[in-house]
Amino acid sequence: MASLKFLPFAGTALKNLFSKPVTTSYPFAPAQYPERMRGHIEIDIENCISCGMCARSCPPGALTVDRAAGTWTIQRFDCVQCGNCVNVCPKKCLKMAPGYTTPDTTRRSDTFTRTTPLPKPAPRPAAKPAAPKPAAAPEAKPETKPEANPKA
Amino acid sequence: MAKRSIVPFGPQHPVLPEPVHLDLVLEDEVVVDAVPSIGFVHRGLEKLVETKDFKEYVYIAERVCGICSFGHGLGYCQTIEHIMNVEVPPRGRYLRTIWMEMSRVHSHLLWLGLLADAMGFESLFMESWKLREKILDMFDATTGGRVIFSVNCIGGVLKDMDDTMLKNIVDTCNEMERELKPIADAFLRDYTTGSRLHGLGVLTPKDATLMGAVGPMLRASGVAYDARKLGYAAYDELDVEPITATDGDSYARCEVRIKEIGQSFSLIRQAVAQIPAGPIAVPVKGMPNGEYFTRIEQPRGEAIYYVKANGTKFIDRFRLRTPTTSNIPPMLNMLKGCQLADVPLLILTIDPCISCTER
Repeated sequence: MASLKFLPFAGTALKNLFSKPVTTSYPFAPAQYPERMRGHIEIDIENCISCGMCARSCPPGALTVDRAAGTWTIQRFDCVQCGNCVNVCPKKCLKMAPGYTTPDTTRRSDTFTRTTPLPKPAPRPAAKPAAPKPAAAPEAKPETKPEANPKA
Repeated sequence: MAKRSIVPFGPQHPVLPEPVHLDLVLEDEVVVDAVPSIGFVHRGLEKLVETKDFKEYVYIAERVCGICSFGHGLGYCQTIEHIMNVEVPPRGRYLRTIWMEMSRVHSHLLWLGLLADAMGFESLFMESWKLREKILDMFDATTGGRVIFSVNCIGGVLKDMDDTMLKNIVDTCNEMERELKPIADAFLRDYTTGSRLHGLGVLTPKDATLMGAVGPMLRASGVAYDARKLGYAAYDELDVEPITATDGDSYARCEVRIKEIGQSFSLIRQAVAQIPAGPIAVPVKGMPNGEYFTRIEQPRGEAIYYVKANGTKFIDRFRLRTPTTSNIPPMLNMLKGCQLADVPLLILTIDPCISCTER
Protein backbone atom coordinates (compact mmCIF):
# COMPACT_ATOMS: atom_id res chain seq x y z
CA MET A 1 0.00 0.00 0.00
CA ALA A 2 1.26 3.47 -0.85
CA SER A 3 2.03 5.70 2.13
CA LEU A 4 -0.93 7.91 2.98
CA LYS A 5 -0.61 11.67 3.25
CA PHE A 6 -2.63 14.40 4.91
CA LEU A 7 -4.23 16.94 2.56
CA PRO A 8 -2.39 16.04 -0.65
CA PHE A 9 -5.04 17.98 -2.53
CA ALA A 10 -4.61 21.20 -0.56
CA GLY A 11 -2.04 22.65 -3.01
CA THR A 12 -4.37 22.20 -5.98
CA ALA A 13 -7.32 23.62 -4.07
CA LEU A 14 -5.32 26.71 -3.03
CA LYS A 15 -4.02 27.20 -6.56
CA ASN A 16 -7.56 27.13 -7.87
CA LEU A 17 -8.58 29.83 -5.41
CA PHE A 18 -6.24 32.33 -7.02
CA SER A 19 -6.40 31.32 -10.67
CA LYS A 20 -8.77 32.32 -13.43
CA PRO A 21 -11.77 30.08 -14.09
CA VAL A 22 -11.22 27.45 -16.78
CA THR A 23 -14.73 27.93 -18.13
CA THR A 24 -15.73 30.70 -20.51
CA SER A 25 -18.57 33.05 -19.70
CA TYR A 26 -20.85 32.02 -22.57
CA PRO A 27 -23.01 33.75 -23.94
CA PHE A 28 -21.02 36.90 -23.13
CA ALA A 29 -17.91 35.36 -24.66
CA PRO A 30 -18.54 33.58 -27.97
CA ALA A 31 -18.29 29.80 -27.98
CA GLN A 32 -15.30 28.35 -29.81
CA TYR A 33 -16.20 25.54 -32.19
CA PRO A 34 -13.71 23.31 -33.96
CA GLU A 35 -13.80 23.16 -37.75
CA ARG A 36 -15.00 19.56 -37.92
CA MET A 37 -17.82 19.99 -35.44
CA ARG A 38 -21.09 18.32 -36.46
CA GLY A 39 -23.42 21.01 -35.16
CA HIS A 40 -26.12 21.29 -37.80
CA ILE A 41 -26.67 20.52 -41.48
CA GLU A 42 -26.49 23.11 -44.20
CA ILE A 43 -27.58 22.66 -47.79
CA ASP A 44 -26.55 24.35 -51.01
CA ILE A 45 -30.05 23.96 -52.41
CA GLU A 46 -29.22 25.20 -55.92
CA ASN A 47 -26.91 22.22 -56.38
CA CYS A 48 -29.44 19.72 -55.03
CA ILE A 49 -30.95 17.37 -57.63
CA SER A 50 -33.73 16.12 -55.30
CA CYS A 51 -32.58 12.53 -55.63
CA GLY A 52 -33.84 11.74 -52.11
CA MET A 53 -30.78 9.68 -51.08
CA CYS A 54 -30.39 11.79 -47.93
CA ALA A 55 -34.01 11.25 -46.86
CA ARG A 56 -33.81 7.49 -47.44
CA SER A 57 -30.60 7.10 -45.48
CA CYS A 58 -31.51 9.34 -42.54
CA PRO A 59 -31.67 7.08 -39.43
CA PRO A 60 -34.25 9.21 -37.52
CA GLY A 61 -36.16 10.14 -40.70
CA ALA A 62 -35.70 13.88 -40.22
CA LEU A 63 -35.45 14.80 -43.91
CA THR A 64 -38.15 15.21 -46.55
CA VAL A 65 -37.39 15.83 -50.20
CA ASP A 66 -40.13 16.98 -52.58
CA ARG A 67 -38.89 16.62 -56.12
CA ALA A 68 -41.91 18.31 -57.75
CA ALA A 69 -41.86 21.37 -55.51
CA GLY A 70 -38.06 21.46 -55.38
CA THR A 71 -37.95 21.62 -51.60
CA TRP A 72 -35.71 20.09 -49.00
CA THR A 73 -37.06 20.04 -45.43
CA ILE A 74 -35.28 19.18 -42.22
CA GLN A 75 -36.88 18.65 -38.80
CA ARG A 76 -34.17 20.31 -36.76
CA PHE A 77 -34.99 18.54 -33.49
CA ASP A 78 -35.29 15.07 -35.07
CA CYS A 79 -31.85 15.33 -36.64
CA VAL A 80 -29.19 13.51 -34.60
CA GLN A 81 -26.23 15.05 -36.44
CA CYS A 82 -24.84 11.68 -37.52
CA GLY A 83 -23.74 13.07 -40.88
CA ASN A 84 -24.98 10.08 -42.88
CA CYS A 85 -26.80 12.30 -45.40
CA VAL A 86 -23.59 14.22 -46.02
CA ASN A 87 -21.77 10.98 -46.75
CA VAL A 88 -24.35 9.64 -49.21
CA CYS A 89 -25.15 12.89 -51.08
CA PRO A 90 -24.08 12.35 -54.73
CA LYS A 91 -23.79 16.10 -55.45
CA LYS A 92 -22.00 16.89 -52.16
CA CYS A 93 -24.37 19.80 -51.59
CA LEU A 94 -24.92 18.92 -47.91
CA LYS A 95 -22.42 19.72 -45.21
CA MET A 96 -22.17 19.65 -41.45
CA ALA A 97 -21.42 23.06 -39.99
CA PRO A 98 -20.35 24.12 -36.47
CA GLY A 99 -22.91 25.61 -34.08
CA TYR A 100 -25.83 23.87 -32.42
CA THR A 101 -29.49 24.30 -33.27
CA THR A 102 -30.87 26.92 -30.91
CA PRO A 103 -33.49 25.75 -28.39
CA ASP A 104 -37.12 26.44 -29.17
CA THR A 105 -40.55 25.91 -27.62
CA THR A 106 -41.94 24.15 -30.69
CA ARG A 107 -40.56 21.51 -33.03
CA ARG A 108 -38.84 23.52 -35.70
CA SER A 109 -38.41 22.56 -39.33
CA ASP A 110 -36.50 24.44 -41.99
CA THR A 111 -37.50 24.27 -45.65
CA PHE A 112 -35.22 25.24 -48.50
CA THR A 113 -36.67 25.79 -51.99
CA ARG A 114 -34.69 25.63 -55.20
CA THR A 115 -35.15 28.79 -57.28
CA THR A 116 -33.77 27.46 -60.55
CA PRO A 117 -35.61 24.47 -62.05
CA LEU A 118 -33.86 21.13 -62.30
CA PRO A 119 -32.04 20.67 -65.62
CA LYS A 120 -33.94 18.50 -68.06
CA PRO A 121 -32.78 14.92 -67.98
CA ALA A 122 -30.20 14.09 -70.61
CA PRO A 123 -31.69 12.68 -73.80
CA ARG A 124 -31.21 8.99 -74.33
CA PRO A 125 -28.35 8.10 -76.66
CA ALA A 126 -30.87 6.39 -78.97
CA ALA A 127 -32.68 9.71 -79.53
CA LYS A 128 -29.53 11.30 -80.93
CA PRO A 129 -28.60 10.89 -84.55
CA ALA A 130 -25.96 8.20 -84.60
CA ALA A 131 -23.22 10.12 -86.31
CA PRO A 132 -19.79 8.64 -85.69
CA LYS A 133 -17.95 11.85 -86.42
CA PRO A 134 -14.20 12.10 -86.28
CA ALA A 135 -13.07 13.28 -82.86
CA ALA A 136 -11.14 16.23 -84.28
CA ALA A 137 -14.32 18.24 -85.09
CA PRO A 138 -14.52 21.21 -82.65
CA GLU A 139 -18.20 21.77 -83.59
CA ALA A 140 -19.13 18.62 -81.68
CA LYS A 141 -18.98 20.55 -78.37
CA PRO A 142 -22.69 21.43 -77.94
CA GLU A 143 -23.62 17.82 -78.63
CA THR A 144 -21.28 16.40 -76.05
CA LYS A 145 -22.78 18.54 -73.28
CA PRO A 146 -25.85 16.41 -72.52
CA GLU A 147 -23.68 13.30 -72.55
CA ALA A 148 -21.63 14.70 -69.71
CA ASN A 149 -24.66 14.65 -67.41
CA PRO A 150 -24.93 11.66 -65.14
CA LYS A 151 -27.52 9.17 -66.27
CA ALA A 152 -28.89 8.44 -62.87
CA MET B 1 -31.36 -12.11 15.23
CA ALA B 2 -31.83 -8.42 14.60
CA LYS B 3 -34.98 -7.21 12.97
CA ARG B 4 -34.77 -7.08 9.20
CA SER B 5 -35.98 -4.16 7.16
CA ILE B 6 -36.04 -3.50 3.44
CA VAL B 7 -34.81 -0.18 2.08
CA PRO B 8 -35.51 0.64 -1.56
CA PHE B 9 -32.50 2.13 -3.31
CA GLY B 10 -32.89 3.90 -6.68
CA PRO B 11 -33.74 4.12 -9.55
CA GLN B 12 -33.52 7.81 -8.72
CA HIS B 13 -30.86 8.38 -6.13
CA PRO B 14 -28.91 11.56 -5.39
CA VAL B 15 -25.56 9.80 -5.30
CA LEU B 16 -25.98 7.30 -8.11
CA PRO B 17 -27.24 8.72 -11.39
CA GLU B 18 -27.72 5.27 -12.87
CA PRO B 19 -31.33 4.00 -12.98
CA VAL B 20 -30.88 0.75 -11.08
CA HIS B 21 -33.26 -0.29 -8.36
CA LEU B 22 -32.13 -2.43 -5.43
CA ASP B 23 -34.15 -3.75 -2.55
CA LEU B 24 -31.63 -3.73 0.26
CA VAL B 25 -32.41 -6.16 3.06
CA LEU B 26 -30.85 -4.70 6.18
CA GLU B 27 -30.09 -5.96 9.65
CA ASP B 28 -29.50 -2.79 11.60
CA GLU B 29 -27.13 -0.87 9.30
CA VAL B 30 -25.66 -3.92 7.60
CA VAL B 31 -26.81 -5.15 4.20
CA VAL B 32 -27.58 -8.86 4.27
CA ASP B 33 -29.10 -9.17 0.82
CA ALA B 34 -29.71 -7.07 -2.28
CA VAL B 35 -32.35 -7.80 -4.90
CA PRO B 36 -31.86 -5.87 -8.15
CA SER B 37 -34.47 -4.90 -10.67
CA ILE B 38 -33.61 -3.22 -13.92
CA GLY B 39 -35.56 -2.26 -17.02
CA PHE B 40 -36.28 1.42 -16.39
CA VAL B 41 -34.49 2.70 -19.49
CA HIS B 42 -35.04 -0.09 -21.99
CA ARG B 43 -35.19 1.44 -25.48
CA GLY B 44 -35.33 -1.60 -27.77
CA LEU B 45 -32.21 -0.65 -29.72
CA GLU B 46 -31.39 -4.28 -30.54
CA LYS B 47 -34.77 -4.75 -32.17
CA LEU B 48 -34.21 -1.70 -34.39
CA VAL B 49 -31.59 -3.65 -36.32
CA GLU B 50 -34.42 -5.49 -38.10
CA THR B 51 -35.78 -2.29 -39.62
CA LYS B 52 -32.64 -0.31 -40.39
CA ASP B 53 -30.07 -0.75 -43.13
CA PHE B 54 -27.03 -2.55 -41.65
CA LYS B 55 -24.77 0.39 -42.60
CA GLU B 56 -27.07 2.91 -40.93
CA TYR B 57 -27.27 0.80 -37.78
CA VAL B 58 -23.68 1.85 -36.89
CA TYR B 59 -25.12 5.21 -35.83
CA ILE B 60 -27.69 3.47 -33.63
CA ALA B 61 -25.19 0.99 -32.17
CA GLU B 62 -23.04 3.83 -30.90
CA ARG B 63 -26.03 5.48 -29.28
CA VAL B 64 -26.43 2.49 -26.94
CA CYS B 65 -24.20 4.31 -24.49
CA GLY B 66 -23.03 7.86 -24.06
CA ILE B 67 -19.64 6.90 -22.69
CA CYS B 68 -18.61 3.77 -24.57
CA SER B 69 -20.17 5.01 -27.80
CA PHE B 70 -17.03 4.60 -29.88
CA GLY B 71 -16.56 1.02 -28.66
CA HIS B 72 -20.12 0.00 -29.48
CA GLY B 73 -19.76 1.31 -33.02
CA LEU B 74 -16.41 -0.43 -33.32
CA GLY B 75 -17.71 -3.76 -31.99
CA TYR B 76 -20.67 -3.76 -34.37
CA CYS B 77 -18.52 -2.79 -37.38
CA GLN B 78 -15.92 -5.45 -36.57
CA THR B 79 -18.58 -8.14 -36.41
CA ILE B 80 -20.08 -7.17 -39.78
CA GLU B 81 -16.59 -6.89 -41.28
CA HIS B 82 -15.79 -10.44 -40.17
CA ILE B 83 -19.01 -11.73 -41.70
CA MET B 84 -18.32 -9.94 -44.99
CA ASN B 85 -14.57 -10.72 -44.99
CA VAL B 86 -13.65 -7.06 -45.18
CA GLU B 87 -10.07 -6.16 -44.35
CA VAL B 88 -9.80 -2.72 -42.74
CA PRO B 89 -6.73 -0.77 -43.97
CA PRO B 90 -3.94 -0.40 -41.36
CA ARG B 91 -4.42 3.37 -41.00
CA GLY B 92 -8.09 2.82 -40.28
CA ARG B 93 -7.22 0.27 -37.59
CA TYR B 94 -4.74 2.63 -35.96
CA LEU B 95 -7.22 5.52 -35.97
CA ARG B 96 -9.79 3.25 -34.35
CA THR B 97 -7.24 2.34 -31.67
CA ILE B 98 -6.41 5.98 -30.94
CA TRP B 99 -10.10 6.90 -30.58
CA MET B 100 -10.79 3.80 -28.50
CA GLU B 101 -8.02 4.70 -26.05
CA MET B 102 -9.22 8.30 -25.89
CA SER B 103 -12.64 6.87 -24.99
CA ARG B 104 -11.04 4.88 -22.19
CA VAL B 105 -9.37 7.96 -20.74
CA HIS B 106 -12.66 9.85 -21.01
CA SER B 107 -14.62 7.05 -19.33
CA HIS B 108 -12.14 6.52 -16.49
CA LEU B 109 -11.89 10.25 -15.76
CA LEU B 110 -15.68 10.44 -15.66
CA TRP B 111 -15.72 7.52 -13.25
CA LEU B 112 -13.07 9.12 -11.03
CA GLY B 113 -15.17 12.27 -10.86
CA LEU B 114 -18.27 10.30 -9.94
CA LEU B 115 -16.35 8.41 -7.27
CA ALA B 116 -15.13 11.67 -5.73
CA ASP B 117 -18.68 13.00 -5.90
CA ALA B 118 -20.04 9.89 -4.16
CA MET B 119 -17.53 10.45 -1.36
CA GLY B 120 -18.55 14.09 -1.11
CA PHE B 121 -15.13 15.29 -2.32
CA GLU B 122 -16.56 17.92 -4.65
CA SER B 123 -13.37 19.75 -5.58
CA LEU B 124 -11.73 16.50 -6.65
CA PHE B 125 -14.82 15.73 -8.72
CA MET B 126 -14.45 19.09 -10.49
CA GLU B 127 -10.74 18.54 -11.06
CA SER B 128 -11.35 15.13 -12.67
CA TRP B 129 -14.02 16.46 -14.97
CA LYS B 130 -11.95 19.52 -15.80
CA LEU B 131 -9.26 17.17 -17.07
CA ARG B 132 -11.82 15.09 -18.94
CA GLU B 133 -12.94 18.20 -20.82
CA LYS B 134 -9.61 18.22 -22.67
CA ILE B 135 -10.31 14.76 -24.05
CA LEU B 136 -13.81 15.83 -25.09
CA ASP B 137 -12.34 18.86 -26.90
CA MET B 138 -9.94 16.52 -28.69
CA PHE B 139 -12.85 14.33 -29.74
CA ASP B 140 -14.70 17.40 -30.95
CA ALA B 141 -11.73 18.53 -33.02
CA THR B 142 -11.00 15.12 -34.56
CA THR B 143 -14.43 13.52 -34.99
CA GLY B 144 -16.86 16.43 -34.83
CA GLY B 145 -18.72 15.21 -31.73
CA ARG B 146 -18.00 15.34 -28.03
CA VAL B 147 -19.84 12.19 -26.98
CA ILE B 148 -21.28 10.58 -30.11
CA PHE B 149 -18.55 10.39 -32.69
CA SER B 150 -20.08 8.86 -35.84
CA VAL B 151 -16.67 8.10 -37.35
CA ASN B 152 -16.89 4.33 -37.57
CA CYS B 153 -18.20 2.75 -40.73
CA ILE B 154 -18.23 -0.77 -42.07
CA GLY B 155 -14.82 -1.09 -43.70
CA GLY B 156 -12.88 1.50 -41.75
CA VAL B 157 -13.38 5.02 -40.46
CA LEU B 158 -14.94 8.10 -42.03
CA LYS B 159 -12.46 10.75 -40.96
CA ASP B 160 -8.71 10.94 -41.12
CA MET B 161 -6.35 12.84 -38.86
CA ASP B 162 -3.50 14.90 -40.28
CA ASP B 163 -0.07 15.21 -38.69
CA THR B 164 -0.98 18.41 -36.82
CA MET B 165 -3.98 16.72 -35.25
CA LEU B 166 -1.94 13.67 -34.24
CA LYS B 167 0.73 15.91 -32.74
CA ASN B 168 -1.93 17.86 -30.83
CA ILE B 169 -3.29 14.61 -29.43
CA VAL B 170 0.14 13.54 -28.18
CA ASP B 171 0.82 17.00 -26.72
CA THR B 172 -2.53 17.01 -24.93
CA CYS B 173 -1.88 13.50 -23.59
CA ASN B 174 1.51 14.59 -22.22
CA GLU B 175 -0.04 17.64 -20.61
CA MET B 176 -2.91 15.61 -19.16
CA GLU B 177 -0.51 13.05 -17.76
CA ARG B 178 1.21 15.81 -15.80
CA GLU B 179 -2.11 17.20 -14.59
CA LEU B 180 -3.40 13.77 -13.63
CA LYS B 181 -0.63 13.28 -11.08
CA PRO B 182 -2.02 15.47 -8.26
CA ILE B 183 -5.50 14.03 -8.90
CA ALA B 184 -4.16 10.47 -8.75
CA ASP B 185 -2.34 11.38 -5.53
CA ALA B 186 -5.57 12.66 -4.00
CA PHE B 187 -7.34 9.40 -4.84
CA LEU B 188 -4.60 6.97 -3.88
CA ARG B 189 -2.68 8.67 -1.07
CA ASP B 190 -5.21 10.77 0.79
CA TYR B 191 -6.32 9.56 4.23
CA THR B 192 -9.94 10.53 3.62
CA THR B 193 -10.36 8.73 0.31
CA GLY B 194 -8.28 5.83 1.57
CA SER B 195 -10.55 5.36 4.57
CA ARG B 196 -13.58 5.19 2.29
CA LEU B 197 -12.02 2.77 -0.18
CA HIS B 198 -9.67 0.41 1.66
CA GLY B 199 -11.16 -2.97 2.43
CA LEU B 200 -14.54 -2.07 0.96
CA GLY B 201 -16.20 -4.73 -1.19
CA VAL B 202 -13.41 -7.27 -1.38
CA LEU B 203 -13.75 -9.64 -4.32
CA THR B 204 -11.43 -12.64 -4.32
CA PRO B 205 -9.91 -13.79 -7.65
CA LYS B 206 -11.89 -17.03 -7.36
CA ASP B 207 -15.21 -15.24 -6.83
CA ALA B 208 -14.43 -12.74 -9.57
CA THR B 209 -13.81 -15.52 -12.08
CA LEU B 210 -16.74 -17.68 -10.99
CA MET B 211 -19.22 -14.82 -11.06
CA GLY B 212 -18.01 -13.55 -14.40
CA ALA B 213 -16.56 -10.17 -13.43
CA VAL B 214 -14.95 -8.32 -16.34
CA GLY B 215 -12.70 -5.36 -16.96
CA PRO B 216 -11.03 -3.34 -14.21
CA MET B 217 -13.17 -5.18 -11.66
CA LEU B 218 -11.61 -8.53 -12.63
CA ARG B 219 -8.13 -7.10 -12.96
CA ALA B 220 -8.35 -5.43 -9.54
CA SER B 221 -8.83 -8.92 -8.08
CA GLY B 222 -5.53 -9.99 -9.58
CA VAL B 223 -6.73 -11.79 -12.73
CA ALA B 224 -4.67 -10.56 -15.69
CA TYR B 225 -7.31 -10.68 -18.38
CA ASP B 226 -7.73 -7.94 -20.96
CA ALA B 227 -9.62 -8.45 -24.23
CA ARG B 228 -7.21 -6.06 -25.96
CA LYS B 229 -4.73 -8.96 -25.87
CA LEU B 230 -6.92 -10.59 -28.54
CA GLY B 231 -5.32 -8.15 -30.97
CA TYR B 232 -8.29 -6.50 -32.66
CA ALA B 233 -7.88 -3.06 -34.31
CA ALA B 234 -4.15 -2.28 -34.01
CA TYR B 235 -3.65 -3.74 -30.53
CA ASP B 236 -1.69 -6.69 -31.94
CA GLU B 237 1.05 -4.25 -32.98
CA LEU B 238 1.10 -2.29 -29.71
CA ASP B 239 2.46 -3.14 -26.31
CA VAL B 240 -0.60 -3.92 -24.13
CA GLU B 241 -0.12 -5.55 -20.75
CA PRO B 242 -3.13 -5.98 -18.44
CA ILE B 243 -2.87 -3.81 -15.35
CA THR B 244 -3.71 -5.70 -12.20
CA ALA B 245 -3.91 -5.15 -8.47
CA THR B 246 -4.05 -7.75 -5.75
CA ASP B 247 -6.36 -6.51 -3.00
CA GLY B 248 -9.66 -6.82 -4.87
CA ASP B 249 -11.21 -3.98 -2.86
CA SER B 250 -12.56 -0.62 -3.98
CA TYR B 251 -9.13 0.98 -3.58
CA ALA B 252 -7.65 -1.62 -5.96
CA ARG B 253 -10.36 -0.90 -8.53
CA CYS B 254 -9.60 2.82 -8.31
CA GLU B 255 -5.88 2.14 -8.60
CA VAL B 256 -6.34 -0.08 -11.68
CA ARG B 257 -8.44 2.55 -13.44
CA ILE B 258 -5.96 5.35 -12.70
CA LYS B 259 -3.09 3.23 -14.00
CA GLU B 260 -5.14 2.36 -17.08
CA ILE B 261 -5.43 6.05 -17.92
CA GLY B 262 -1.62 6.17 -17.99
CA GLN B 263 -1.56 3.00 -20.09
CA SER B 264 -4.00 4.57 -22.56
CA PHE B 265 -1.77 7.63 -22.90
CA SER B 266 1.14 5.33 -23.64
CA LEU B 267 -0.92 3.37 -26.21
CA ILE B 268 -1.99 6.60 -27.93
CA ARG B 269 1.66 7.70 -28.14
CA GLN B 270 2.68 4.29 -29.53
CA ALA B 271 -0.14 4.33 -32.08
CA VAL B 272 0.67 7.87 -33.24
CA ALA B 273 4.36 6.94 -33.60
CA GLN B 274 3.59 3.84 -35.66
CA ILE B 275 0.56 4.96 -37.69
CA PRO B 276 1.10 4.09 -41.36
CA ALA B 277 -0.01 6.24 -44.29
CA GLY B 278 -2.64 5.00 -46.67
CA PRO B 279 -6.40 4.72 -47.06
CA ILE B 280 -8.64 4.84 -44.00
CA ALA B 281 -11.49 2.68 -45.31
CA VAL B 282 -12.33 0.22 -48.04
CA PRO B 283 -15.60 0.28 -49.97
CA VAL B 284 -18.01 -2.44 -48.94
CA LYS B 285 -20.18 -4.13 -51.53
CA GLY B 286 -22.89 -6.71 -51.08
CA MET B 287 -24.91 -7.78 -48.07
CA PRO B 288 -23.73 -9.69 -45.00
CA ASN B 289 -24.73 -13.32 -44.73
CA GLY B 290 -23.78 -15.45 -41.73
CA GLU B 291 -23.15 -15.01 -38.05
CA TYR B 292 -20.23 -14.00 -35.91
CA PHE B 293 -19.39 -12.71 -32.48
CA THR B 294 -16.65 -10.35 -31.45
CA ARG B 295 -15.20 -9.43 -28.08
CA ILE B 296 -13.66 -6.05 -27.40
CA GLU B 297 -12.37 -4.38 -24.27
CA GLN B 298 -14.58 -1.45 -23.42
CA PRO B 299 -13.48 0.95 -20.67
CA ARG B 300 -15.83 -0.90 -18.29
CA GLY B 301 -14.76 -4.36 -19.35
CA GLU B 302 -15.22 -6.96 -22.01
CA ALA B 303 -18.25 -6.52 -24.29
CA ILE B 304 -19.60 -9.14 -26.68
CA TYR B 305 -21.26 -8.36 -30.03
CA TYR B 306 -23.20 -11.00 -31.91
CA VAL B 307 -24.71 -10.50 -35.35
CA LYS B 308 -26.76 -12.93 -37.41
CA ALA B 309 -27.29 -11.72 -40.98
CA ASN B 310 -29.45 -13.24 -43.69
CA GLY B 311 -28.05 -11.84 -46.94
CA THR B 312 -30.40 -8.85 -47.04
CA LYS B 313 -29.74 -5.31 -45.91
CA PHE B 314 -31.63 -5.99 -42.69
CA ILE B 315 -30.00 -8.04 -39.97
CA ASP B 316 -31.82 -10.89 -38.26
CA ARG B 317 -30.38 -10.47 -34.79
CA PHE B 318 -27.94 -8.23 -33.02
CA ARG B 319 -27.00 -9.03 -29.47
CA LEU B 320 -24.82 -6.98 -27.20
CA ARG B 321 -23.58 -8.21 -23.84
CA THR B 322 -22.30 -5.18 -21.99
CA PRO B 323 -19.69 -5.26 -19.22
CA THR B 324 -22.13 -4.05 -16.57
CA THR B 325 -24.38 -7.07 -17.16
CA SER B 326 -21.48 -9.30 -16.13
CA ASN B 327 -20.48 -7.12 -13.23
CA ILE B 328 -23.88 -7.03 -11.51
CA PRO B 329 -23.70 -10.57 -9.95
CA PRO B 330 -20.30 -9.95 -8.28
CA MET B 331 -21.58 -6.54 -7.16
CA LEU B 332 -24.55 -8.17 -5.39
CA ASN B 333 -22.15 -10.53 -3.70
CA MET B 334 -19.97 -7.66 -2.54
CA LEU B 335 -22.93 -5.75 -1.14
CA LYS B 336 -23.63 -8.47 1.42
CA GLY B 337 -22.07 -7.45 4.69
CA CYS B 338 -21.36 -3.81 3.85
CA GLN B 339 -22.75 -0.77 5.67
CA LEU B 340 -25.78 0.99 4.20
CA ALA B 341 -23.75 4.22 3.87
CA ASP B 342 -21.20 2.44 1.68
CA VAL B 343 -23.79 1.05 -0.77
CA PRO B 344 -23.68 3.94 -3.33
CA LEU B 345 -19.88 3.97 -3.31
CA LEU B 346 -19.69 0.22 -3.70
CA ILE B 347 -22.15 0.16 -6.59
CA LEU B 348 -20.14 2.91 -8.20
CA THR B 349 -16.88 0.97 -8.05
CA ILE B 350 -18.14 -1.48 -10.68
CA ASP B 351 -18.62 1.58 -12.96
CA PRO B 352 -22.23 0.67 -13.73
CA CYS B 353 -23.83 1.73 -16.98
CA ILE B 354 -27.43 0.65 -16.70
CA SER B 355 -28.49 2.35 -19.95
CA CYS B 356 -25.96 0.18 -21.78
CA THR B 357 -27.16 -2.91 -19.97
CA GLU B 358 -30.79 -2.37 -20.88
CA ARG B 359 -30.15 -1.04 -24.39
